[in-house]
Amino acid sequence: MLTIVFDGIAYGMLLFVLACGLAVTLGLMNFVNLAHGAFAMAGGYIAALLTSRHGVPFLATLPLAFAVPAVIGVVLERTLYRRLYGRSHLDQVLFSIGLVFMAVAAVDYAIGSQQQFVTLPGWLQGRVEMLGIQIGLYRSFIIAVCGVIVIALQLVLTRTRFGSRLRAAVDDRRVAQGLGIRVDAIFTLTFAVGSGLAGLGGALGAEILGLDPTFPFKFMIYFLIVVTVGGTTSITGPFLASLLLGIADVAGKYYVPSLGAFVIYTLMVVVLVIRPQGLFARAR
Amino acid sequence: MRRRLLVIVASAIGVLASLAAVQGQEIVKIGLILPMTGPFTSTGRQIETAARLYMQQNGDTVAGKKVQLILRDDTGVADVTRRIAQELIVNDKVTVTAGFGLTPLALATAPLSTQAKVPQVIMAAATSTIPDASPFIVRSTFTLPQATIPMAEWAAQNGIKKVLTIVSDYGPGIDAEKAFSGTFAKAGGQVDNLRVPLANPDFSPYLQKAADAKPDAIFVFVPSGVGAQVMKQFVERGLDKSGIKLIGTGDVTDDDILNGMGDAALGTITTHHYSAAHDSPENKAFVDAFKKAAGGIRPNFMAVGGYDGMHLIYEGLKKTNGAGGEALVNAMKGTSWTSPRGPVTLDPQQRDFVQNMYVRRVERVGGELYNVEFATIPNVKPR
Repeated sequence: MLTIVFDGIAYGMLLFVLACGLAVTLGLMNFVNLAHGAFAMAGGYIAALLTSRHGVPFLATLPLAFAVPAVIGVVLERTLYRRLYGRSHLDQVLFSIGLVFMAVAAVDYAIGSQQQFVTLPGWLQGRVEMLGIQIGLYRSFIIAVCGVIVIALQLVLTRTRFGSRLRAAVDDRRVAQGLGIRVDAIFTLTFAVGSGLAGLGGALGAEILGLDPTFPFKFMIYFLIVVTVGGTTSITGPFLASLLLGIADVAGKYYVPSLGAFVIYTLMVVVLVIRPQGLFARAR
Repeated sequence: MRRRLLVIVASAIGVLASLAAVQGQEIVKIGLILPMTGPFTSTGRQIETAARLYMQQNGDTVAGKKVQLILRDDTGVADVTRRIAQELIVNDKVTVTAGFGLTPLALATAPLSTQAKVPQVIMAAATSTIPDASPFIVRSTFTLPQATIPMAEWAAQNGIKKVLTIVSDYGPGIDAEKAFSGTFAKAGGQVDNLRVPLANPDFSPYLQKAADAKPDAIFVFVPSGVGAQVMKQFVERGLDKSGIKLIGTGDVTDDDILNGMGDAALGTITTHHYSAAHDSPENKAFVDAFKKAAGGIRPNFMAVGGYDGMHLIYEGLKKTNGAGGEALVNAMKGTSWTSPRGPVTLDPQQRDFVQNMYVRRVERVGGELYNVEFATIPNVKPR
């Protein structure tokens, strides 16, 4: 029983790291970026190729899995995304889904369509027993990393000057600009962090979720569910939603395997019927 | 300047001359339809390499006619396959169509083959009923029950009494589940079934359930890429240490990706018709030549399907003197030889191979992971 909860938390945490970048761009910048999964895929491929082909230790690839997608994010934001901030959501959706198709085809062409594998160090494999619960080491590692990320994000957003500037820029762009806040730079940085987190999530998740060129499509739906259920106005919303969905998914599949696949969708429908603005968001 | 012009003219004459030579000779065209892009690219590349290798080794002339391979990419989408097959049959006038990476692709083309009386050689798709779709279909790979039933028999004979099957919830998965459960229950074993959604990111709840059920073995059938995740999570959950065996058909430990799966795959027991580690002179020669042609990549069961498919076509054409149609299908029936996978015979009724199934264990050989065969079940019928 507790093992199921533990697995659920680990899975939820993973969903959160993958989706929180999307919560940031969608919730804070009000930009529908369906290409989010492509950044996650980039991170995953960096980790997989470096560990399996070049023998780089897994931990050393994680900073790169964050940094490279972040840099790609900055370049794309400066050249492409910023032109679409003022456009309708439909334009943004069409634009970003186009990017996903291009990313999928590019990876397929350059690296091939087969599954890629991350090589983990020995100390992250296997499991230990703690207080009668079987705990997978890699899953504990994911929980620890994600926990740190959640706390850091929450602190940056609520306690730092950058966080208050970002929130100001989102609330009213014109006034924020009038007060001398460099909205452009803030958005670029935020976008970079969001993309970087997606990359990190992709690298952490490749071991559990698998990694091939269709990754952005396979998991897009999960990112969107997390963000919809959690609401987009804070970090805590998507975080709690990820945990809820992760535990519900794992427990549902364990206890009622025949219906297991539908549990998270049912949950999403119920939540949206009761609270259309998301579980933890203020009503607008 | 004048010199360069001379070279151009000379080479143009050369090209024309060779064209004329080819036209003087009759041409037999083989339309090879494969997923060369998209999620099943690996299937396409393996078969293409093997088919070209076969032609390179056996020459491109059969019964005095020049064989021409026309490769087309169907991206793994059934309506594209059908359209390409139609173009190949009507415009290019191919004698045979071949390839077909997935079951729907083969079935979509079957009515065309019947109408146009063009033999269709299935090199990859493995659903058992495919040859029923057209009398012009022959198949050079294997069928799912052909690999699954020996697994169930082997398990029952080797002290495994209780099995939990975990299959992806789609056609081939359900096929495998039924074939395994039926045979294993008949042999006196106890089976429980678990179906996993096809789009399933995390296997932990299912494997946890397996851990709690404490069977002697877990039988797995999932699409080949996903197999690695199952194995990794199997080990992560400590199931290997609790004495539960992981068994399945050879799709799960596909030679193409096996080596990347890492130590988690070690000890997995599967039944299949081909392993790159099959110990025979025919296979050694095939693996060496394939690796040379493919830049170090080893052949998998798709490649051997392509290679043997080409052999079927060549042998058939020899008998018919290059004619196609019904005569070619009939000529291919009953063809029997020693392929890299072992002895095969094309069953005249079912138009599928009667072939050996091998029980294999994943082991590390010379630093790489291979499916090492340790038992043979001879002459298994396709259905």
